[in-house]
Amino acid sequence: MLTLALPVAIGMVALAMALNLWRLVQGPDLPDRILALDTLGINTIALVMLLGIALGSVVYFEAALIVAMMGFVGTVALCKFILSGDIIE
Amino acid sequence: MSGFYRVLPQPVMSLLILGLWLILAPAPTLGQVLIGLILAIALPWATRGFWPDRPRLTNIGAALRLLAVFLADVIMANLVVARQILGPVGRLRPAFLEVPLDLRDPFVATLLGSIVSLTPGTVSAEIDRERWVLQVHVLHLEDSAEAVALIKARYEAPLRKVFRC
Amino acid sequence: MLMEILVSLLILVGGAFALLGSVGLARLPDFFMRLHGPTKATTLGVGSVVLAALVHGGLGEEGGGLRELAITLFLFITAPVTAHLLSKAALAERRRQERTQKQS
Repeated sequence: MLTLALPVAIGMVALAMALNLWRLVQGPDLPDRILALDTLGINTIALVMLLGIALGSVVYFEAALIVAMMGFVGTVALCKFILSGDIIE
Repeated sequence: MSGFYRVLPQPVMSLLILGLWLILAPAPTLGQVLIGLILAIALPWATRGFWPDRPRLTNIGAALRLLAVFLADVIMANLVVARQILGPVGRLRPAFLEVPLDLRDPFVATLLGSIVSLTPGTVSAEIDRERWVLQVHVLHLEDSAEAVALIKARYEAPLRKVFRC
Repeated sequence: MLMEILVSLLILVGGAFALLGSVGLARLPDFFMRLHGPTKATTLGVGSVVLAALVHGGLGEEGGGLRELAITLFLFITAPVTAHLLSKAALAERRRQERTQKQS
């Protein structure tokens, strides 16, 4: 059951990441790209957790936690960059 | 009571730090509990100047009821958004909506914005703290008056009951 | 056996919702509409995958379990903050573009 479900789920997440990458390249604006990058990060967490289940290891948990934190901080920093670039704001 | 708040200015945050430390520790030994306790006391104390005064949680029952409504709505929200994303895109009518707020507390307004972002078809775009208006983007708007009334009755009223503000 | 079915179901639902949010991101025509997919669907999708890891890990490993819940909690707290900041940034960007259009 699990041996069948895991590749399917990993495939779905991989496809989702491919779509994020397409949006990241496509744009058209800066906020679109930041949103795509953030979603790519969140999907990475799902992929890392799925690999952790597949390989039966708990080490992957730390990687997922770090990706979650760095992704959030990075997105906030990029948003702040756009916001402070605007002089009127 | 004031002495208690001088040692632990943020009791809930202290509990969260201790809990998180013990969850992340490889094994909950006595040493880990001690380090967690030191951090739970030292961190809120060291950062006490940065935290705005915020209303204390007063009504636990109302908070639990709101949490149940919220969790059910998150699952509903995803089913609704799933249908909208996979359905014909041209038929969606996205719009900005202004929700006039009755509450007057920045922390509770932020909480309301977060709840709105995670529930059906709405994302909070901006909180105007001069006019106390929450700007919301709706993925598919049918009746703006109905949508505003829903947000106010379903989330704002319980939040005001939880924090008494 | 029952646990295995539960874990399989959770990761399939999680993968489906993660994919759904990304489909919304790729397919919808306007930035503010695109914001809806990732904030809701992807967050729930990843949450349910992490929950699957919790159920799965809780069986074999000793001590493990609650740690995975920290990631889900973190995601559910940060997703609205990210969405809010992004929409603010997009509004600022849009105002700036309108200004440069007027000047030229």
